[in-house]
Amino acid sequence: MMISSVFPPALLFIAGAFLIPFLKVRAVKSAYMIALPIAAFAVLMSIPEGTYGMMRFLDHELFMRFDRLSMVFGYIFVIITMIGMIYALHVKDDSQHVAAFIYAGSALGVVFSGDFFSLFFFWELLTLSALYIIWSGGSKDSHGAGFRYLLVHLFGGLCLLSGIILRLFQTGSIEFGYVGLDLGLSSWLILIGFAINAAVPPLHAWLTDAYPEASVTGAVFLSAFTTKTAVYVLARGFPGAEVLVVLGAIMTVFPIFFAVLENDLRRVLSYSLINQVGFMVVGIGIGTSLALNGTTAHAFAHILYKALLFMSVGAVLFRLGTAKATELGGLYKTMPLTLIFCVIGAASISAFPLFSGFIAKSLITSAVAYEGLILVWLALLFASAGVFHHAGIKVPYFTFFAHDSGKRPKEAPLNMLIAMGIASFLCIFIGVFPSVLYNILPYPVSYVPYTADHVVSQLLLLCFAAVAFGTLMRIGYYPPEKRAVNLDTDWLYRRGGPAVVVYFGRPVARFTAWLGGTFVHALPRALIQFGKNPTVYLKIAMDTILLPIRTPDARPDAKKELAAAKENCPAYVLKPWSIGSAMAFATLFLGIYMLVYFIRSMGG
Amino acid sequence: MKKEFDFFDRPKNQLILFLSFIGLLILLLGLDFFVDKHPYFGWDGIPVFYAFYGFVGCVLLVVIAKNMRPFIKREEDYYDDK
Repeated sequence: MMISSVFPPALLFIAGAFLIPFLKVRAVKSAYMIALPIAAFAVLMSIPEGTYGMMRFLDHELFMRFDRLSMVFGYIFVIITMIGMIYALHVKDDSQHVAAFIYAGSALGVVFSGDFFSLFFFWELLTLSALYIIWSGGSKDSHGAGFRYLLVHLFGGLCLLSGIILRLFQTGSIEFGYVGLDLGLSSWLILIGFAINAAVPPLHAWLTDAYPEASVTGAVFLSAFTTKTAVYVLARGFPGAEVLVVLGAIMTVFPIFFAVLENDLRRVLSYSLINQVGFMVVGIGIGTSLALNGTTAHAFAHILYKALLFMSVGAVLFRLGTAKATELGGLYKTMPLTLIFCVIGAASISAFPLFSGFIAKSLITSAVAYEGLILVWLALLFASAGVFHHAGIKVPYFTFFAHDSGKRPKEAPLNMLIAMGIASFLCIFIGVFPSVLYNILPYPVSYVPYTADHVVSQLLLLCFAAVAFGTLMRIGYYPPEKRAVNLDTDWLYRRGGPAVVVYFGRPVARFTAWLGGTFVHALPRALIQFGKNPTVYLKIAMDTILLPIRTPDARPDAKKELAAAKENCPAYVLKPWSIGSAMAFATLFLGIYMLVYFIRSMGG
Repeated sequence: MKKEFDFFDRPKNQLILFLSFIGLLILLLGLDFFVDKHPYFGWDGIPVFYAFYGFVGCVLLVVIAKNMRPFIKREEDYYDDK
């Protein structure tokens, strides 16, 4: 490996971000925000595959790795940054743009890290910048959700760090490549650290908790980076880890039940995000070249259509201040373009033929079937129908049709429409010309997505899912949208946390306070008093004990006598040490210690 | 004032959309008997398997989700500080 002059793409975003606040002319700033991702794309194109050393840190080489796997993620991260920035051009608060660029830059940093040290650095930067984006939602809810996000991710980060250090001791290397589960604890800790960012249950609730509370534009960025960097590191480190097949299958299935019930449409999209990442995790767990191609392709396609869906619901939220199904409906009349973009996103996520989801997801489901995993395959098929049900039908239907809410918002602002337009174009382009995406996948692709039986089967699955939705709506069985909180695993820490404080923290705090009061204050004081004047102290102690058992009429006199005795006893009023004398003692002991040390070292 | 865009609210258009959807379903079901199948497991090549699975799957999805509600649904201010 040689040190070469490749410019780190991550640095372009992270350093470039800090120029934004200094650009005062709006047009210049907008141009800069769009130019930066384009420049990053050009940088990526110019880098030949290979590993490039950057610097030495604690006797270890830090380096970047550019290969077919990391490049796909790099390209889509840069593309979505540009789309997200166009979508956010109207935002006046520069700090949000800076945070978004640092966030995207950190994701690039993780993806191109060849070693665990740089990976961990960018991993934590990713968490912190995401936290800022969540807080930019500005509400009390986003504040709390941000703190919970931080706690969960710090836990994940610590697992990862512990795993990295253990691994370093086991292997002597910090290279980040295939990790596998052969090294025991260290591998599992790294896996847990990665899995938390991929929203693998039961540690998924941070996502559905935090993303819907972010700002309109922030949620678009959030939907793209954290989970997909996690998918990348899992694909790099744990391909073929069978536990991921099971966890991934669970991820595809359980969120759709929540999504059916959820009222906040950005939360519905968050649940379907977990469902989609589940497909990718299954692909990683299978680990064949077809499956890993599928995971990569699906991550690429997913970033585009998920951002598109978040953008269209975000546009509604931007215009109306709410994204709750109960308060929306009938918006197609005044936001027809947003509707079209939303439907394109919905068709893509549902994997309709000619849309991006179809050509990407098929790779994974076929890989599962070729391995003969019937149950997993059935789960993925169910999840495919389910995701169409809630993300494909429910989101557009309740927003733009359903009962007319009477609201007549203006069409989305121009910059939002352009951003959604680009994403929509790419969703369809990839769906129609899959070879464009297939050609950049990590392994050679011989897969043909458009066969007659495949297209017909998929259309039948989706259309009859729609028939089920329509029928259940018609007969009134479909659960009505309700303003409510639906409990998920975050209940454990949102309710469990306070319970720990009340039932465990407070008693322990009281007990330690009692220990301190008794052994640090009361007991030494009693001993000092006793030592200074034993007879009087004993008499006072005796009188104190006897006081309650004296006859009632003798009690007042005895009380007075006791008070007088305490007053007259010189040792009873104990002065605390002044800081000066405490310092003098400390210095004295330090001096003695140094003297002893000096003499000993002389002797030795 | 410009007339409001209300394409999807007109009963005639709704009927056209509904009928074309039914037409699409019939076409697809018909095609399912004729296309050259490459089933993974054999039984997934049976005609209307996907249609059946999609319909039953989604009905089950809604039935299960609806029955989850008593267990997981709480007031909107459930997590707010009391």
